Amino acid sequence: MAAEKALLRLVACGSVDDGKSTLIGRLLYDLGTVPDDQLAALERDSKTVGTRGGELDFALLVDGLMAEREQGITIDVAYRYFATDKCKFIVADGPGHTQYTRNMVTAASNADVAILLIDARKGVLTQTRRHAYILSLMGVRQVVLAITKMDLIGYDRAAYDKIVSDFVEIAAALELPRLAAIPVSGVSGDNIASRSASTPWYDGPTLIDLLEGAEPREADRNDQPLRMSVQSVVRPNLDFRGFAGRISAGAVKPGDAIRILPSGRTAKVARIVTADGDLPEAVAGQSVTLTLDHEVDCSRGDVIAAADAPCEIADQFQATIVWMSETPLYPGRRYALKIGATQAHATITDIRHGIDIETFEPNQARQIEANGIALCNVSLDRAIPFDPFERSRDLGGFILIDPDTFETAGAGLIHFALRRAHNVHWQALEIDRDAHAAIKGQRPAILWFTGLSGAGKSTIANLVEKKLHAMGRHTVLLDGDNIRHGLNRDLGFTQADRVENIRRVAEVAKLMADAGLIVLVSFISPFRAERDLARNLAREGEFYEIFVDVPLAVAEARDVKGLYKKARAGELKNFTGIDSPYEPPEKAEIRIDAAAMSPADAAEKIVAAISAARS
Amino acid sequence: MASKRLSHLKALEAESIHILREVAAETARPVMLYSMGKDSGVLLHLAKKAFFPGKLPFPLLHVDTTWKFRDMYAMRDAAAAEHELIVYRNPDGEAKNVNPFDHGSEAHTTIWKTEGLRKALSEFGFDAAIGGARRDEEKSRAKERIFSIRSEHQRWDPKNQRPELWSLYNTKKRAGESFRVFPLSNWTELDVWQYIEAENIPIVPLYYSAERPVVRRSGTWIMVDDARMRLEPGEKPEMRRVRFRTLGCYPLSGAVESDAASVADIIREIIESNASERQGRLIDSDTPSSMEKKKQEGYF
Repeated sequence: MAAEKALLRLVACGSVDDGKSTLIGRLLYDLGTVPDDQLAALERDSKTVGTRGGELDFALLVDGLMAEREQGITIDVAYRYFATDKCKFIVADGPGHTQYTRNMVTAASNADVAILLIDARKGVLTQTRRHAYILSLMGVRQVVLAITKMDLIGYDRAAYDKIVSDFVEIAAALELPRLAAIPVSGVSGDNIASRSASTPWYDGPTLIDLLEGAEPREADRNDQPLRMSVQSVVRPNLDFRGFAGRISAGAVKPGDAIRILPSGRTAKVARIVTADGDLPEAVAGQSVTLTLDHEVDCSRGDVIAAADAPCEIADQFQATIVWMSETPLYPGRRYALKIGATQAHATITDIRHGIDIETFEPNQARQIEANGIALCNVSLDRAIPFDPFERSRDLGGFILIDPDTFETAGAGLIHFALRRAHNVHWQALEIDRDAHAAIKGQRPAILWFTGLSGAGKSTIANLVEKKLHAMGRHTVLLDGDNIRHGLNRDLGFTQADRVENIRRVAEVAKLMADAGLIVLVSFISPFRAERDLARNLAREGEFYEIFVDVPLAVAEARDVKGLYKKARAGELKNFTGIDSPYEPPEKAEIRIDAAAMSPADAAEKIVAAISAARS
Repeated sequence: MASKRLSHLKALEAESIHILREVAAETARPVMLYSMGKDSGVLLHLAKKAFFPGKLPFPLLHVDTTWKFRDMYAMRDAAAAEHELIVYRNPDGEAKNVNPFDHGSEAHTTIWKTEGLRKALSEFGFDAAIGGARRDEEKSRAKERIFSIRSEHQRWDPKNQRPELWSLYNTKKRAGESFRVFPLSNWTELDVWQYIEAENIPIVPLYYSAERPVVRRSGTWIMVDDARMRLEPGEKPEMRRVRFRTLGCYPLSGAVESDAASVADIIREIIESNASERQGRLIDSDTPSSMEKKKQEGYF
């Protein structure tokens, strides 16, 4: 076996029961990858838990976790390895179950080539369309269509041809350019490692030959302009300053002119430093450390690009989002975005439309559920360097992280910038927020009252405002009455509208604080994520979350406006505490036990606490 | 542009270096587990490359069981001369003098390794432990992430792992949670050996065949490495030409008969032979799906 091989990443996709595990198991077996002791275990397991009546059940070689062995399905992405004389293959095994779009997307994300399985008995199914769509979406341009279980249809050529032509239609619609089809059987091994006598009408290469013929995606990245995301600045001593990263596209030589993004500063490459000595050239895929001919600002998250062909910089773009979290995506909510070594805060400003991955047609969507896909407008808190996803997975693919749970909530593929950063010129404000505040002799603040309906938020906020006014402070109170009836009168009470409601209030509060005011906000604001959003918009130390805490039973007993009664009667939908959740604050600056304390005492306590915090 | 295509070893190396740099950049207090085995040797070699010309930005940690081979302790001391290296022994194990003979392999491994690692990580406040585990080693590892999040109690929840797309690793965590990071995830045993040969990485001599005193147990050869080895009635050490495919505690590491005396010999042997490397480990066969259970409890 040669020591020098190419590395190819492969994704295997198929519907449940297409025999995917069997086919992969068969590949491992035929290539001699399965050691004797595992083979003995396979023989033993085939008799006890196998589904082939005691014959070797190759699927058992790949179905690993206890839980899925019991359920008989693959529940997550698994990775397998096999090698031929020419190639080492990394196989991402993407499950075929309907609800597991996220796993399929994950498995396809690094693939150079895909094997898409179709059960010869069933032909093209909706799931086949789904898999083909995801491969196209994720930029997997080389697809091997494996028609499996040929043995079960008597190696019927006409049936095979029909399936292939059905699929070619789909592939054309999805622009999957490099397509090969092959009749196989995992159980009998037809056309996998060697040509099968049962399919004399098939004169193409074996499955292994087809896979070996695929191109690693680095191959076409080498012809592109240089891109390297800076992972870290290497400063072992005062004389050395290097920028470490992995080249994602192009090639670099000492003397090459580069541009650092987003700053746009230019320099020349001095050395390509590695532990094996300086290199005369480095290419896509290599991890290196670059030094430059003069000292320039450059830090983690910046991109080093060819000076004459830099990537774009933008803070707003259009992207396809694949949602993975059980909590739906709502426009307006803030997520952490990670792309290359760069991080930013991102908000989906608009869901343009959802995408039906069976018909490939657009559909109306106000939120994205788990395993949903949608075309969205995304807005960031700062401009970042990027390339369109179709040119670069590394600088065009991002993940969204939920700021509350820290789960990887979604993945996104950038299509194009909606507004280029160089078109954005923030008005240079000569009268700044400090000047506004100074004229009033006060420090701006946002007092954010949250709690159940009927907890007493507005009563307490009113008393606090009176006290502050008496102290000569310039205040403003934002509550449901003056916001819901005006600015936000287009919003209802669905989860998505509630998120947007609070986002607008948070933005208004921020503007008013910039104007130098002390802003009192009295809103139920049931979701932690939105309150955190408001907090993040505010200046450090100017945001006070005030939790007006009463048990639901107490608020309901008060029922000043008769709303609980209506909600219980089913006349009011999405009422917080009844059929919509309230997420209590975890880090409120001030908590008021409103069941035990009078509103006057509460107001006293709040003013005292804020004065103490600011003195 | 075929000439510019990276070989599989160079591609794997570049990926591992990228991962190591990500851990160092994004976690507060990373540590690299060092077990003196061949995978540890490769991992250490890659870390040196990742941070060249700087020093390693994290210490090495050896979770000791006191029952490793003497050659392994020599290797560890050599590494300690070059890098910051912490040796941790679980105080419970020391107090109770835990050993494979009186306590059995399962309790021995749990107390020294699983609990020892857990305690070491929390005592030093490490929030990311870099290890040399590979996905090809065992079926339950095939689904392991590169950045694998562990609960406050350092448990692995195979159903609650974050999807990993492209080369993006979500390194956010709550207080108390930590990561296990596996830069060698995509390497196979053969890749490791080919890389050791290509890069001339030093390894413990136990991997090479030599005449060694051994006894036959559970279908494998166990080496009598020091006087603490307890012989069963009728057992008598004999000299055999053996070598080890994996190394652990000497009373629990099975040797295979072999004449492979160089890395090239070993590579030839692996390609020709058909026994998986974990076969020599007595702990994997304790109970069905035992590795998956150990991982959930916090074993590496």
